[in-house]
Amino acid sequence: MKVLVAVKRVVDYNVKVRVKADNSGVDLANVKMSMNPFCEIAVEEAVRLKEKGVATEIVVVSIGPTTAQEQLRTALALGADRAILVESAEDLTSLAVAKLLKAVVDKEQPQLVILGKQAIDSDNNQTGQMLAALTGYGQGTFASKVEVSGDKVAVTREIDGGAQTVSLSLPAIVTTDLRLNEPRYASLPNIMKAKKKPLEVLTPDALGVSTASTNKTVKVEAPAARSAGIKVKSVAELVEKLKNEAKVI
Amino acid sequence: MTILVIAEHDGKVLAPATLNTVAAAAKIGGDINVLVAGQGIGAVAEAAAKIAGVAKVLVADNAAYAHQLPENVAPLVAALGQEAGGQGYSHILAAATSNGKNILPRVAAQLDVDQISEIISVVSADTFTRPIYAGNAIATVQSTAPVKVITVRATGFDPVAADGGSASVEAVAAVHDAGTSSFVGEELAKSDRPELTAAKVVVSGGRGMQNGDNFKHLYALADKLGAAVGASRAAVDAGFVPNDMQVGQTGKIVAPQLYIAVGISGAIQHLAGMKDSKVIVAINKDEEAPIFQVADYGLVADLFEAVPELEKLV
Repeated sequence: MKVLVAVKRVVDYNVKVRVKADNSGVDLANVKMSMNPFCEIAVEEAVRLKEKGVATEIVVVSIGPTTAQEQLRTALALGADRAILVESAEDLTSLAVAKLLKAVVDKEQPQLVILGKQAIDSDNNQTGQMLAALTGYGQGTFASKVEVSGDKVAVTREIDGGAQTVSLSLPAIVTTDLRLNEPRYASLPNIMKAKKKPLEVLTPDALGVSTASTNKTVKVEAPAARSAGIKVKSVAELVEKLKNEAKVI
Repeated sequence: MTILVIAEHDGKVLAPATLNTVAAAAKIGGDINVLVAGQGIGAVAEAAAKIAGVAKVLVADNAAYAHQLPENVAPLVAALGQEAGGQGYSHILAAATSNGKNILPRVAAQLDVDQISEIISVVSADTFTRPIYAGNAIATVQSTAPVKVITVRATGFDPVAADGGSASVEAVAAVHDAGTSSFVGEELAKSDRPELTAAKVVVSGGRGMQNGDNFKHLYALADKLGAAVGASRAAVDAGFVPNDMQVGQTGKIVAPQLYIAVGISGAIQHLAGMKDSKVIVAINKDEEAPIFQVADYGLVADLFEAVPELEKLV
């Protein structure tokens, strides 16, 4: 079966971003960019499904600027077969991205779509669920285990109180959580090979999708800073402070 | 304006996060309706009707809504949103729990509107603030959607009273059964300790705990303090403890009266989950650990000596 994996180019998770002085957003100039960590887990899961003989082809798609080709090449080096970039320089909302992905799903007809549960820049946690709504497919969000058998996929999900398992009819949408797998690193020969794998570039216009949004970001500010407190010298002093100064125990 | 709040529950008990979500609805202003969807949920509906400030409780009690599968519940919520279109559900709110996060974006897409995730404050009826980049920036977002679909971060809103209301209760007959998904089973962590997101005191361990067995020191301390026990992503990734204990950007968001971080270095993504705690204590042997930059009280010490001593003294 064909598996579609969606990946996003985001600020590297080690970078502490700064808000721009004019409050229009965060400063992304000269900042290291990477594949969203949850998307790496999505790519890894698809590659494992291919290694198990469950998946026959892995198509990786990204919606974003020209530079998102770097993240698509990374996914190709990790084991995806071909890539699609839906190029847009705009800052798209999750609904717009889901609509573009729906158009790609219509074109590619995958049996399984795997996405990260959330991007670490916008922290929305929406796209997979929205794509499921638009396609009418079942959704297995926050997955810690994915097992395909026949025309079903069993997804074990991380939920607030523990774990839940649901069975979905294929085609279906899965979004990844942390413990699903540990992504591999791309080897140098695979990075070289990935340069020759096909990468198709599309546009929202060509897909006939409007990316209009009902949300507008008015401003972006730095959070209220928390000032560092004091260092205590002993456990006894700590307990004394908690009891008499902070009065929390 | 009429606001629909999706009740957070496990089929038996109404979860406290519902009260914080109703509080957000009250800040927006207008009549508040609460939807309870599930199977055999009479007790939850009764509890919802008692919430202060709720005008009406809608009860969708059907096998299709058991376990609140999003494929079935989202069309129900979307239909309620649309049905009321003329007379107006102006907003649909749910708590930003694993359930709310699972269902609500599906509702938003069905209504063809953008969702606003995890709001922490209400600026006006159409404008809200929410953290982005792991809480390193706060965005103010305005929505022009006819129905505003919003998840609410519980720690941003003080809960309304669970008692004192007397809402009318109305059954919803509509049944949506997509037939694309089914519930197989669940494994819920059993614990006598308070729930992480509702606890007044949280004790969390990180990579410095070295292994899962060593968390017993934290459990002992937590039991003495009536606290919940959490963990950093590093501790979860290392397999010390299950993921449902994770506090951080991609785990649970907590804001207790007292947060005790033990053997936690203080990565950006962990701070995102706890930096709104009232008082933060850090115990770490590395005095350069970034956690000390947000801690009210820092103790540079070997946790294996400090934690048992702390347990004795509290």
